Amino acid sequence: MARRSTPTHRHGPGPLAAAIGIVGELLLTLGALLLLFLVWQLWWTDVVADREQSGIIAGLQDDWGSVDQETIAPAQDGPPPRPDTLGENRVWGTMHVPTFDRDTFPLAEGVSLEEVLNVKGAGHYPDTALPGEVGNFSVAGHRNTYGRVFEDIASLQPGDPIVVETADAFYVYEVTESLIVDPSAVEVIAPAPGEPDAEPTEQMMTLTACHPMYSARERYIVHAEFAYWTDRADGIPEALATTEET
Amino acid sequence: MYAWMFRHLPGPLWARILLTVVLLVLIVVALFGWVFPAIAPYMPFNDGLVGADTAGTAD
Repeated sequence: MARRSTPTHRHGPGPLAAAIGIVGELLLTLGALLLLFLVWQLWWTDVVADREQSGIIAGLQDDWGSVDQETIAPAQDGPPPRPDTLGENRVWGTMHVPTFDRDTFPLAEGVSLEEVLNVKGAGHYPDTALPGEVGNFSVAGHRNTYGRVFEDIASLQPGDPIVVETADAFYVYEVTESLIVDPSAVEVIAPAPGEPDAEPTEQMMTLTACHPMYSARERYIVHAEFAYWTDRADGIPEALATTEET
Repeated sequence: MYAWMFRHLPGPLWARILLTVVLLVLIVVALFGWVFPAIAPYMPFNDGLVGADTAGTAD
């Protein structure tokens, strides 16, 4: 009993205590790394992508010239012009979704995560139709992180407009339905949506994004149908008119 | 481990604190700039695509 109260020799902690100390510090380090990764993924990727996308949109405005925001362009009757997609991973349009908080973002060719979706905005599935064409113009985008262009995809209701702007024209689509499917459900981007073997007869559009939020277990799908197109030189389409005032 | 490192940094206390902060900032820059972008594709929540072309990416 008496021995316990006497001062013990002070040579630092024994080997076991030292080992436990190091393991503890490693665990703390691991925790800090995980937290930092979350900060990077949930916040920093948005900061970088927002900056990148703003630059792209400003560059497109310079290239294409400004649009008369005061004038509502008349809907055109003729067949819509075929957009030039410029080449893999190149930005060739912008998308306007008035329902979304951030309602304008770039549209590029291809769905590579590293080259398109993580850095530029939305991406056109390469083998699907182009805006205005009969078939299924299909676009992928992030719902969380990397600028999250489709963050508000679940707020889209039937009838809501989705507008694609190119150097020459605005293509206006209206939402028809929203679905939640498995990641393997390629039929949603088939030329006739949901019917992989059918010959397309309608001008459809499809958006695909992650579902649920912060997961990739399923996909959130929005189908839309072509309504009309307008000449970019004439002003903005009616679908964008109400949002410009707010 | 970290106490040992701190004791072996050169200079007076203020210099060692400054050095520690600089090292931490450099580590964060390296993580944000290179390490995290490299491992992000393997995380299971970054993919909004449909179809077989997602096999090589996170899913």
